[in-house]
Amino acid sequence: MAAAPKRPFRWHIGVFLAPALLVYTAIMILPLAGTLQLSLFRNINQSQVFVGLENFRMLFGDPNWSVNFWNALRNNVWFFIIHMLVQNPIGVLLAALLSSPRLRFSAFYRTAIFVPTILSFVIVGFAWKLILSPLWGVAPHMMDLVGLKSLFTPWLGKAQYALTALSLISVWQFVGIPMMLIYAALLSIPEEVIEAAECDGITGMAQFWKIKLPLILPSIGIISILTFVGNFNAFDLIYTAQGALAGPNYSTDILGTFLYRAFFGFQLQVGDPNMGAAIATMMFLIILGGVCVYLFLVQTRLRRYQF
Amino acid sequence: MTTKLLTALLLGTSILGSAGVAYADDVTLNIESWRGDDLAIWKDKLIPAFEAKNPGIKVVFAPSAPTEYDAALGAKLAAGSAGDLITCRPFDKSLELFKKGNLADISTLPGMENFSPVAKAAWQTDDGKVSFCVPMASVIHGFIYNKDAFDKLGIKVPTTNEEFFAALDKIKADGTYIPMAMGTKDLWEAATMGYQNIGPNYWKGEEGRLALIKGEQKLTDPQWVEPFKELAKWKDYLGDGFEAQTYPDSQNLFTLGRAAIYPAGSWEIGLFNTQAQFKMGAFPPPVQKAGDTCYISDHTDIGMGLNAASKNADAAKTFLSWVASPDFATIYANALPGFFSLNNTPVKMEDPLAQEFVSWRGKCKSTIRSTYQILSRGTPNLENETWVESANVINGTDTPEAAAKKLQDGLDSWYKPAK
Repeated sequence: MAAAPKRPFRWHIGVFLAPALLVYTAIMILPLAGTLQLSLFRNINQSQVFVGLENFRMLFGDPNWSVNFWNALRNNVWFFIIHMLVQNPIGVLLAALLSSPRLRFSAFYRTAIFVPTILSFVIVGFAWKLILSPLWGVAPHMMDLVGLKSLFTPWLGKAQYALTALSLISVWQFVGIPMMLIYAALLSIPEEVIEAAECDGITGMAQFWKIKLPLILPSIGIISILTFVGNFNAFDLIYTAQGALAGPNYSTDILGTFLYRAFFGFQLQVGDPNMGAAIATMMFLIILGGVCVYLFLVQTRLRRYQF
Repeated sequence: MTTKLLTALLLGTSILGSAGVAYADDVTLNIESWRGDDLAIWKDKLIPAFEAKNPGIKVVFAPSAPTEYDAALGAKLAAGSAGDLITCRPFDKSLELFKKGNLADISTLPGMENFSPVAKAAWQTDDGKVSFCVPMASVIHGFIYNKDAFDKLGIKVPTTNEEFFAALDKIKADGTYIPMAMGTKDLWEAATMGYQNIGPNYWKGEEGRLALIKGEQKLTDPQWVEPFKELAKWKDYLGDGFEAQTYPDSQNLFTLGRAAIYPAGSWEIGLFNTQAQFKMGAFPPPVQKAGDTCYISDHTDIGMGLNAASKNADAAKTFLSWVASPDFATIYANALPGFFSLNNTPVKMEDPLAQEFVSWRGKCKSTIRSTYQILSRGTPNLENETWVESANVINGTDTPEAAAKKLQDGLDSWYKPAK
């Protein structure tokens, strides 16, 4: 018998992978490794000295750092909770309404709701600051028109409301993304399934809860993880609306702004890239942990339906 | 006649223009700066005045954007391509450049004797022995008021605390004007226009500031807590929703004539002159009792130093001596009302509001912001914390005592005064 023909080495796989791999390594892996490395060093007498986990010990052990860190983390968790409780349910609701065949002008609504997503943070932050301004804002005036002036307070300036107000601004900006993803998922549900449900007498709300929602659960999972990553990387909105000190009294300080102040410094505070890198590493680990929990615990249990 | 003059001018410019090429003797000095706003003043007023007196030296003003200045300058210095003259930020940023050997020692430069020790403090080593930048300008804190409003309500310019609050009460009772235009949203207004504005009267200016650096006084001492107590009282006189009022909001409130008093820095003069449609006046921070010595924050803000690697060091020194002269001070202070020369020789200024501000130098003692020298080097940063705590005190989030304690605790955690 002739020997089995030797399989040629499939080098084209390597060639096709190479560009993506190289680009990804150069702009993602290397900077990430650089950040991790930077967090293990400290600048002593103008030279970088390896100090092991000393920066992390300082971050958690020194109250000057740890109080700010836990405050930022707590605020960040609240920021995320608001998004999960407000942005995503509203996104699902809007998508469900939009996919209703009886809705007129649905293309207009879809676009109008999605438009804020493509706006720059700077515009959103500035516009909302003006809208909510107690001096020239539209908000106090409009609330006055409906007789609710007494309910108006300078939300962005009060420690107890500022973070929630900013979270809701962010929700306003980004609600278009879950809406679009869910909308796409809803449209991809085959007619036959819906028709079969109708034959079985499942219509209206029951149809949404029993048929459509289980089918879009994987999309909701994806949206949740996107929200998680987005929220724990957030920075821009807080920076443009409240400044780098995330006032009042650090009540809107999230990990992103805390990292910014540590890394680049602010006003008279001199930047400390090493401590900044330590905070960035913690952010990376938090996000990594969250994504892992999702991938291994949640996603594997989601049931998928093939049509 | 005009043609002749024009020809002469053209001839003159052509000679001047080609001079740099024709004669190798001519030296060109480059100035690094973040003050792009001042480009026209340098080009049209300052540089021609200098060149007229010092033939053979050409000066080019080459500013970069304020946010990029420090990084760009650092890169240029490292590469050896930085200009001969370097505009200096106050305190640590310039001190760092000097320690790296980028700025030359100019302690003995002719003209440096024209400046007081306070003026020079921003660009000296911690022991005050070596100076590395010529002080150019400072900004003075005080209160700008709406003169029309004061006249209408029959209020006299307050000189003591009691009169100050009586005036505020009167304006509030009348209701036409918001008594005071200030917000806490941007934090720094509360610290810079609030705490650092009224504070020197309590901690006795330089005396308190230096004692704090030496560790002889604490931020929890009465003279440092009192200003916070006064700030806490301001709360009732600010506009509705001051917690979300930003710095531009405050400026607009005042220039639109809706507020009567504006806790100010003199840098506002230029803008207010163009925007306000009413007469303005200014008064220094009121003292506690009539007859007390008054203290003002006369904060050193901008200086100029010599690049240690400059190839034209002699010409550059000539220029710096000129910057230290009363001539320069006169042109600069008049071109930029509100940025005051630090020169000991009094400068004649045209702008009445600027004149009012600068006249306080004669009757009050000058100091600089207490947090700027040495005390803001560590973590937590005293200046930034002062912003946060001043806003907290006005918002009522923290009591004056709690705020002072937080600041002192933060300072204690890293600052060990030399004994």
